[in-house]
Amino acid sequence: MGKVIVVTSGKGGVGKTTSTAALGAALARGGQRVVVVDFDVGLRNLDLVMGAERRVGFDLTNVVQGTAKLSEALLKDERLDALYLLAASRTRGKEALTEDGVAGVISELRDQFDWVVCDSPAGIERGAMLAMRFADEAIIVVNPEISSVRDSSRILGLVDTRPLKVETGGRLDKHLLITRFDPVRVARREMLSVDDVREVLPVPLLGIIPESEEVLRASNLGAPITVCGRESAVSRAYIDAARRIKGDWIEMTVPAKDKSRFTKWLGGRAA
Amino acid sequence: MSRFIPQTPMGSAPVARARLQSLLEYDRSLISHADLLSVLREEIFALIGRHAVIDANKVHFMVVRGNTASTLTVDIEVPFRVRPTATRYAHDGENAFSYP
Repeated sequence: MGKVIVVTSGKGGVGKTTSTAALGAALARGGQRVVVVDFDVGLRNLDLVMGAERRVGFDLTNVVQGTAKLSEALLKDERLDALYLLAASRTRGKEALTEDGVAGVISELRDQFDWVVCDSPAGIERGAMLAMRFADEAIIVVNPEISSVRDSSRILGLVDTRPLKVETGGRLDKHLLITRFDPVRVARREMLSVDDVREVLPVPLLGIIPESEEVLRASNLGAPITVCGRESAVSRAYIDAARRIKGDWIEMTVPAKDKSRFTKWLGGRAA
Repeated sequence: MSRFIPQTPMGSAPVARARLQSLLEYDRSLISHADLLSVLREEIFALIGRHAVIDANKVHFMVVRGNTASTLTVDIEVPFRVRPTATRYAHDGENAFSYP
């Protein structure tokens, strides 16, 4: 039976959707059967980041309401055989998603996949609560920036109380994923360090994703960063994080300052 | 040598722009028909169901959006067994092919 992971943060724009797509694709490349589920009803974007926006017909809400079968709403990724997307509805309100309905869909997904990765909407409202309700594990995405850390701290409190697994006496595994980390600015003491963030959010670290231009490029092209930017530091950081989710032990490295163009040029010439 | 020629790599922004335009055009057109696909699914299923005994699990609807139109793919397994109410059609067929 598959595991359900919620990717959440409280604050918007920190990289939940990018991370959901990147981790989902990395797990699928590692041979796992993965479905990424967009819970951001009304403001869906995971389909865009996955490059599947032209193929979205039925969505999560249709399946919950019984107007479509799960198999009709599941979109197979065009690049990775083991990766699927379940899109959010763009038009119907959040009210259309009932807790019982979502429970049924998640249970079906658990049977079919090794990993069910739920992309939570920002905020702490109903949609975000529903996204974490059936989770076995939570990935808290945070930027080294005070408002993001504060919001994640709030989300951490909710992750500790709201999921069904916690209510029924179980333990929910939490992971911290630091994104948009800029080693140069941290070195200059212009950005919170990994330790600063972890002091407020005492959760096992899943990965540190460096700030990179590659993320925008991947979004422009409509492909998870772990698919279209394989050699980039960001992609490698996500691939390592995905392996940690699976339980592999991978040494944690704090991203170092990127080589300058000049150094790269020299390096390229020598090679 | 190419290293010394200033490189203007093909940016990804034009791709994003094209995707965005096509997406917004579609989104706007869809607003008044938010549930069109669900309605079509229900009605087509009901229509075929009037004539043949079809299994809801063997119905598959899929849509792929092109630049100016979408392609709707409907895959329904229709067994040889027809509904009694549909025998009228079977009779018509017999009449058409039988000799007096």
